[in-house]
Amino acid sequence: MILAAIQPAVAEPGLFVQLIVIFLAAAFTENILLARFLGMCSFLAISRQMKTSLGLGFAVVFVTTFTAAINWLLHTYVMVPLHIEFLELIVFIVVIAAFVQLVEMVIERFSPSLYFSLGIFLPLITVNCAILGVSLFMLNKEDFGFLHSLVFGFGSGIGWLVAIVLMAGIREQIKEDKIPAGLRGSGITLIITGIIALAFVAFSGMIK
Amino acid sequence: MMTFLIAVGSLVAICGILALLLVIADRYLNDYGICKLIINKGSREEDVEGGSTLLNSLNSAGVFIPSACGGQGSCGLCKLKVHSGAPPVLPTEEPHLSPEEVSEHVRLCCQLKVHEDMELEIPEELFNIREFEGTVESLTDLNHDIKRLRVALPEGEELDIIPGQYVQIETPAYKKTPEPVYRAYSIATDPHDKTHIDLVIRLVPGGICTTFVFEHMEPGQPIKLNGPYGDFRLTDTEKEMIFIAGGSGMAPFLSMLAHMRNENIQRKVTYFFGARAKRDLICLDEMKAFEEALPNFKFVPCLSEPMPDDNWDGDTGLVTDVMKQHCPDLSNMEAYLCGSPGMCDASVVALTGNGMPEENIFFDKFS
Ligand SMILES: Cc1cc2nc3c(=O)[nH]c(=O)nc-3n(C[C@H](O)[C@H](O)[C@H](O)COP(=O)(O)OP(=O)(O)OC[C@H]3O[C@@H](n4cnc5c(N)ncnc54)[C@H](O)[C@@H]3O)c2cc1C
Ligand code: FES
Repeated sequence: MILAAIQPAVAEPGLFVQLIVIFLAAAFTENILLARFLGMCSFLAISRQMKTSLGLGFAVVFVTTFTAAINWLLHTYVMVPLHIEFLELIVFIVVIAAFVQLVEMVIERFSPSLYFSLGIFLPLITVNCAILGVSLFMLNKEDFGFLHSLVFGFGSGIGWLVAIVLMAGIREQIKEDKIPAGLRGSGITLIITGIIALAFVAFSGMIK
Repeated sequence: MMTFLIAVGSLVAICGILALLLVIADRYLNDYGICKLIINKGSREEDVEGGSTLLNSLNSAGVFIPSACGGQGSCGLCKLKVHSGAPPVLPTEEPHLSPEEVSEHVRLCCQLKVHEDMELEIPEELFNIREFEGTVESLTDLNHDIKRLRVALPEGEELDIIPGQYVQIETPAYKKTPEPVYRAYSIATDPHDKTHIDLVIRLVPGGICTTFVFEHMEPGQPIKLNGPYGDFRLTDTEKEMIFIAGGSGMAPFLSMLAHMRNENIQRKVTYFFGARAKRDLICLDEMKAFEEALPNFKFVPCLSEPMPDDNWDGDTGLVTDVMKQHCPDLSNMEAYLCGSPGMCDASVVALTGNGMPEENIFFDKFS
């Protein structure tokens, strides 16, 4: 879709330009969280502190990048030739689940403090709709090659990271503010998310 | 048919490859090998399998560390000095550690995982802590939501306690918990009786351990406990004392009063027991007996919401207010508190408000 959109503007964009456009689109105009509202539950729960948000954000970047790439490979080289595309949902989920387990082990080994601060949310990335969303949306984009998918996954992850870090920054600022009792916590977070999402609409002018 | 076979075959193959990858990763990433716990500068060394929490590793090596919350990082009791082999202070530990403790390498051992050799400092008295398999001797209702549990220690075993200490009992796995959990309970036993442990347990609705005690425990059943822990105890000054505790918070005072009676300690004590209504009061006969045996002891039950048919002519109001009326000047007294964090904190405010120095206040919070 994006590629189709940019075709008229740039006659035959080189691979590098294509990748940059895909990255920008995934991270900003099609921000998985702010434009599609996927990945909300961990976003609401973990965006209280900058440090943990960054940690979870990077974990999401890592997982989206690699699962998008692995899923693209499986889809293109296994599922399409064997005509078993109808299994894509199951296969994608299994890949994501296994990959998150792996990330969990790596984080526990190399950064126990991050491991403990993410707590239950690390395994929960598995059921994060944003991750599955990235793999599924990737299939909707025609002419996506391996590199395109890799960059698309990376960009989407970065988009989620940007969103949660923005939110953590704002929430740290408003911690002391007087917010009506009923709106404290998730209420005000959702409202702010809506406002940030509106601001992000402005990015849609960036890539035509 | 062919498509079906291909689909199943490929799915199985993909899952198989992923599973294999995970097994390999687990083998290499999760293998921390045998790690050495070097305790108190090498006076004791334990080899443990890496990968588990320090609390569990020590438990399995027979070193029992207090842990009222069962390793959830909420009670802050499992503190130890860890000199090497641990990551920087974790976010889950921060709320429980003061800046001094952090600079002295104090850590919550339930939050640390053993990934390499560790050097630890464990207070000697924790090595006296033992684990017993006792037998439930009796379970008596003290009121509608408090029971007294009497545990007989195994034949030939004795436990020396200091009044004020507590034990941890194990709740085995049952429908509310998939794995055994430990909870702390203050010892209510007369310290002369070394072969039994009495506990006073209040039902916490939905609670894991208390539901087990109230619904699934019967006389004759085996029960695992370890202890004794804690440094809540009577000082050896001659100062006049105030006890404040409602409900199951009475437990340590039963033991302390028995100790005073045994040793003929004549210090002046007033025990303010806060309750809502008459049905919440417990152990009135025992308190009367203590009043007879200890001429300087006075038991003051106070009801905050007496019911009309309670015919109550004793003190009414919040226990803290009643205490303030009885004792306007507390500057030369000591206070002992036991019960929920809310009650302990409110009492500290009331006591210091009437002039008690904070260092004269001792408490066991049921955190
Ligand atoms: C040093 C020490 C001594 C203690 N001595 C005694 C004692 O003598 N008698 C006694 O009855 N208890 C005592 N406790 C409390 C006891 O250890 C347990 O916390 C309590 O019995 C609840 O355990 P549970 O497994 O039933 O509930 P859990 O499954 O641990 O808790 C269920 C829920 O109830 C909440 N909760 C926990 N405790 C309370 C409470 N007291 N009131 C209201 N809500 C609560 C928890 O936050 C949780 O949300 C002591 C605690 C400490 C730390
Ligand atoms: S056991 Fe409670 S904080 Fe560690």
